[in-house]
Amino acid sequence: MQFNPNSTFLFVMAGFIILFVIAQSLFFLVRSWHRAKELGMDMKQMKKTMISTAVFTFAPAVSILLGVITLSKFLGIALPWMRLSVLGAITYELPAATSTANALQVSLSEMVTDPKVYTAIAWVMTLGIFPGLIWVPLFIKKIQGGLMKIKQKDDKWGDIVMTALFLGMISAFLGMVFADIRQGLQGWIPIFVLLFSALLMAVCGLLIKKCGIKWLENYAVPISMLGAMIFAVVITPVIGG
Amino acid sequence: MGKNKKTYDDMTHFYGRIWILLALAVIFSFPIGACLYYHAWPGIGPVLKGLIGVAPIFWTVGFIEVLTFVPMLGTAGSYLAFVTGNLTNLKVPAALTAMENARVKPGTEEGELVSTIAVATSSIVTTLIIAAGVLLLVPLTPVLNSPALKPAFDNILPALFGGLAVVYVSKNWKIAVAPLIFMVVLFLLVPSLSGSVGVLVPVGALIAIGSARILYKKGKL
Repeated sequence: MQFNPNSTFLFVMAGFIILFVIAQSLFFLVRSWHRAKELGMDMKQMKKTMISTAVFTFAPAVSILLGVITLSKFLGIALPWMRLSVLGAITYELPAATSTANALQVSLSEMVTDPKVYTAIAWVMTLGIFPGLIWVPLFIKKIQGGLMKIKQKDDKWGDIVMTALFLGMISAFLGMVFADIRQGLQGWIPIFVLLFSALLMAVCGLLIKKCGIKWLENYAVPISMLGAMIFAVVITPVIGG
Repeated sequence: MGKNKKTYDDMTHFYGRIWILLALAVIFSFPIGACLYYHAWPGIGPVLKGLIGVAPIFWTVGFIEVLTFVPMLGTAGSYLAFVTGNLTNLKVPAALTAMENARVKPGTEEGELVSTIAVATSSIVTTLIIAAGVLLLVPLTPVLNSPALKPAFDNILPALFGGLAVVYVSKNWKIAVAPLIFMVVLFLLVPSLSGSVGVLVPVGALIAIGSARILYKKGKL
């Protein structure tokens, strides 16, 4: 059978897997929604949560789409579409494809035509990432049990541990922004973008607190992110990145 | 209420496990289906060669992500987010921001519900945007790949974490100082580490927890 990485068969397979993910998301969304109603939570806030999350998701989703485009140059569209919609991230899939191509001494500068190379890459992508699905059911109760114990012993300290976890994550990403600083002024671009995003967030905070613009609360993160991305587009040619 | 909550939690674990096991079967169906359809089994050798290059790092980071993100995402949020992927750049910030805006705490039932709603919404929207993008790939590719827009997507992480930092660091700056200084110095000294930022997340978390413990013991938090 003639192999084509953009064949209908592969698209049908990818489409089926993506429908599965949408079904799972809908299942937990509806279930949580009903539970929130049952508990008498503010459903208007829940609606706002959905809308603001959807707005916030837009830019990262387009960035993921860029990953699909990058991988599609040598893997066709079906496999990258499926991998980046389920489980994956470009930071995993590109190294997995590159590592397999290098091992098989195949160039990734043009479309894969050998079905065995294609399936080898698909296997490495799948085997490289599937343990995450096993760790969750194996360890989730132990992790949550440990946190509950901390909270039961000392509620305030339990809250501090949770906050410290977020701050650990944020610190790692903030630190990473400084990695290219030695490249000269263009290495500073990510820092300028970071500071601009922080500035926009601070302005949003002032508008919410001082001017009482409450609706802004749910959109402050997407506004600061999108604003900073536009800022990057403007300053990069000026600085010469 | 206590009994009711336990039942809901137990059922969340039950459904979560079913969905995650189904997801395992579903993701393996792609390589198996492609091999069967094209009669093109690659053989163990090539797969192992490719896997050796990535598995040690991916499997370790995957385990670390479970340890770090489960407490933030809650039960259903974890079962869902680990299937839909893109955790650090999308699902975790989405869940955290949603809980912050709804004024609920992670680790509570309200936090669990808000986090799940955020992760589910984000997953559905992402899937739809990617699907729409795939449909419109031919006209969209030159626009998205244009050099003018490249800096916007190159800088998506600083654009996201700059805003988040103001929200979280300003409220908890005493806890944030130690991990922040450590990370900035580390990346200045070893810039190549930016490729393994996933491994550094728990390092940052441990430093934050350690410094918070000292401050807490001294009564400064």
